[in-house]
Amino acid sequence: MYYIGIDVGSACSKYAVIDEQNEVLYRNVIPTGWSSSSAAEAVRQDLLLRGYNPEHNPCVATGYGRNSVEFADKAVTEITCHCLGASHLFGDGASTVIDIGGQDTKIINISGGIVQDFLMNDKCSAGTGRFVEIMAKILELDPMSLCALAESGTEVTISSMCTVFAESEVIGLIGRGVKKADIAFGIVDSVASKVASQCGRIKRSTRYYLTGGLCECRYLMKVLGDKLGVCIVSNPEGRYAGALGAALSAKKLEKGGRTDG
Amino acid sequence: MDDYLKLPETFEEFSEARKNGFIRVKKIKEEGGLIAGVFCTYTPLEILDAAGLTAVGLCGMSNETIPAAESELPKNLCPLIKSSYGFALSDKCPYTYFSDIIIGETTCDGKKKMYELLGEIKDTYIIQLPQGQDRAYSAELWTKELRRLIRTLEEKFGVEITDEKLRSAVCLRNDERKAKTELMELSRLQPPPLRGLDLYKVLEGSGFVFDIAASAEAMQSTKRKALEKYEAGDRPVSKNAKRILVTGCPIGGVLEKTVGTIESSGGVVVCFENCGGVKATRELADAEADDIVQEISRRYLNIGCAIMTPNQNRVNLIRSLVDEYHIDGVVEILLQACHPYTVEAHTIRRLSSEIGMPYLGIETDYSNTDTGQLSTRIEAFMEML
Repeated sequence: MYYIGIDVGSACSKYAVIDEQNEVLYRNVIPTGWSSSSAAEAVRQDLLLRGYNPEHNPCVATGYGRNSVEFADKAVTEITCHCLGASHLFGDGASTVIDIGGQDTKIINISGGIVQDFLMNDKCSAGTGRFVEIMAKILELDPMSLCALAESGTEVTISSMCTVFAESEVIGLIGRGVKKADIAFGIVDSVASKVASQCGRIKRSTRYYLTGGLCECRYLMKVLGDKLGVCIVSNPEGRYAGALGAALSAKKLEKGGRTDG
Repeated sequence: MDDYLKLPETFEEFSEARKNGFIRVKKIKEEGGLIAGVFCTYTPLEILDAAGLTAVGLCGMSNETIPAAESELPKNLCPLIKSSYGFALSDKCPYTYFSDIIIGETTCDGKKKMYELLGEIKDTYIIQLPQGQDRAYSAELWTKELRRLIRTLEEKFGVEITDEKLRSAVCLRNDERKAKTELMELSRLQPPPLRGLDLYKVLEGSGFVFDIAASAEAMQSTKRKALEKYEAGDRPVSKNAKRILVTGCPIGGVLEKTVGTIESSGGVVVCFENCGGVKATRELADAEADDIVQEISRRYLNIGCAIMTPNQNRVNLIRSLVDEYHIDGVVEILLQACHPYTVEAHTIRRLSSEIGMPYLGIETDYSNTDTGQLSTRIEAFMEML
């Protein structure tokens, strides 16, 4: 028996297959594109290709497109899944999980693999992956290289909280001949400030973990950690925390009538 | 048309009451009756009753008229205020249209300034409501304000508001409040016999029945029927449903995407602390009090709305409701740009943590743009409980 978790995010769809011992048998990420049901179908095809049948094995969907995954047995929110996934990746002591997602940033206090409290950004893309993505596009970079470049930058402040206004602000900086690295610095600083202020609205903990698509941006973690006065831990698997959590919650499904396919 | 004049007997009929109330209001007008448009739980209804005015709630609950309102009001303002003003501005609300007078209070800043503008469209009288309950002279001021309202209505409509009329109005309103309280208290049962959405629709619909005694009776019979069905084994709510206390801003305009989502995600709203719920009905006035105006004044001033500072009455009320209704989690519904409630949310979050209650605050408006995000938040909260 194996268990499948599918995390259909606004930017990327991540999926993971685990066995009874919680070992990851397979995981992958594809762009979600414009339609979450098409993304779900693409995930299904890839899983079948790899020999994993999501229709005959417990399968849980999460992420903003969770209800578009028609072949999943259950939809669970990404809050719960990131909690389960992060507990699995980083240990289940009391901690705060920061998930910088495509359209939402979630701050989740967890303990013993259970959500204690959580906060999400309001309907605004400041401090989300989308913000980084849009700014990176203007600088003709991808989000990862933007973060890397930011490390050598200095001093620039992006003060607009609104992504659209920040975009004009960045274009203004480019027009004034400000160095790309400095603009990148300002962008990372803006995201980190917004996320840090969100963290300030929930009970402080001693351990902070980053999940989501920016989990490999070491410099973002450093800036965010400095602002919070803590050390932020992550690893490259952090991107799959939601999918992994979904697969883990698939283990809890009642298996009545299901056979290994 | 006769059908529309019938009293509601079921949940469905109560939810239609607002719509059908239009016909009733028109009939009242045709028979020479007078209509007073009201917005707030602080409006001293007994005084309007004693003046022979029919009180009707004008709180806007639809996004439809907000664009019209935004031609004059700032975009970053509470949707309830914008929606209500938009209805008046665009003449789309028959209740506003039929109102002979609109009664407002100096509650939140947004409302009181909106009332000024409303006064240019409709005859509007604004009562000065003190912003706190802890000074003895607040009660005195509020009583004086109510006496001033009485004189104004007497002069304007050529009526006499006697103590006897006030006392009998108090009795009637008390009966209605008791009927509402008893209906709401059914939800103390585990599981509750009513879904929160249905309960809320009954409470809301009762405001559009316009015959206070009949409204009280209709609610009593709704309660009896619900209880009979429940005792016969008809359980519309699962015993595993998480029991939610809803608090915060008025929720009429966001009912489906908040309460509806809670109840489709494994929860049930067993208690509404908001102004459409317990807050408005819990306290009664003493019809035998020596000074009846002073007694009415006392009853209304004690309401624990976030426009009061300090607002200990709300904190105390939430504390007791959590026990009385066996609450599993607190959901606070905040309308965007409602400063009193969005700021006080911090106090309620802290209170919840003190009493070991999981808390979810959701800020929203009357549009549908955040439906997806709200359901993620609400579903995640339900999964957490």
